[in-house]
Amino acid sequence: MSFGPYAAFIVTSYALVAAMVFFLIAWIALDYRRQQQRLRELEASGVVRRSARPAKEPSSATETR
Amino acid sequence: MTLTTTLTYLANPTKFLSLTARVLPWLIAATAIGLAIGFYLSVMAPDDYQQGATVKIMFIHVPNAWLSMFVWGVMSVAALGTLVWRHPLADVAAKAAAPIGAAFTFLALVTGSLWGRPMWGTYWEWDARLTSVLILFLMYLGLMALWRAVEDPSRAARAAAILTLVGAINLPIIKFSVDWWNTLHQPASVFRMGGPTLDRAFLVPLLVMAVAFSLLFITLQLAAMRNEILRRRVRSLQMMQAGQQAA
Repeated sequence: MSFGPYAAFIVTSYALVAAMVFFLIAWIALDYRRQQQRLRELEASGVVRRSARPAKEPSSATETR
Repeated sequence: MTLTTTLTYLANPTKFLSLTARVLPWLIAATAIGLAIGFYLSVMAPDDYQQGATVKIMFIHVPNAWLSMFVWGVMSVAALGTLVWRHPLADVAAKAAAPIGAAFTFLALVTGSLWGRPMWGTYWEWDARLTSVLILFLMYLGLMALWRAVEDPSRAARAAAILTLVGAINLPIIKFSVDWWNTLHQPASVFRMGGPTLDRAFLVPLLVMAVAFSLLFITLQLAAMRNEILRRRVRSLQMMQAGQQAA
């Protein structure tokens, strides 16, 4: 397959798009891992969201979110 | 399920994360298949009688150019969601979309430039279409800078929403710039009165690529929104931790 005299322009265009798409995917995937890691560390240190806390005894069942 | 019910359901970040976890694997698979088919059709498309093989650049340039505007449109709807309906995920959606939109706009500019050099004899011309898309790119960068400059997400969201809605004025300028001014850029050849002027041999790979890149945007957008929700949870837990330590 030949792209003729403009092969360099065509190949560069597709390579740039592929590189940018891979960069976006890698950036989002790494960010996901980083946020999950931070959440795990915080929860391991005893800090938990209100909604993630275990429900209290029935006598004080007003905070059940 | 009506639109209102769906939006109300998705107002709960935990439910949104659950939905995202179920939908993302399917979206990733559909995007990969779409891009593979689109790439194959693009490479196999015949040369144009005027553009030669550079017509293949159009199969990536045009979808990126469409998405550069579409993403700003999505952000504008999200901005309304922030300012008018105060939907909890509206500013999450807007913040997640900005870097993705900037990437599509950058690719539209660069691939257009790489097509322009052999076809127009220049990488760049300060004509209305090219300049208005460059302004769109700069507005994306400005929005991203604004999100980073203001620490409180809710304050940043309101400022970013206003800037987004003001910036939406640029969308019709980009779309109609080729009609309003005498530009080097050619007028619309797909979405126009009277139907597309493209031959089917070029229209099919172009539309397949457009669908594939749209799927890519939806996939990246959902994944980036999921990350933003987690980032806000981390932030609130860090504030709780700081409060506990101070007490």
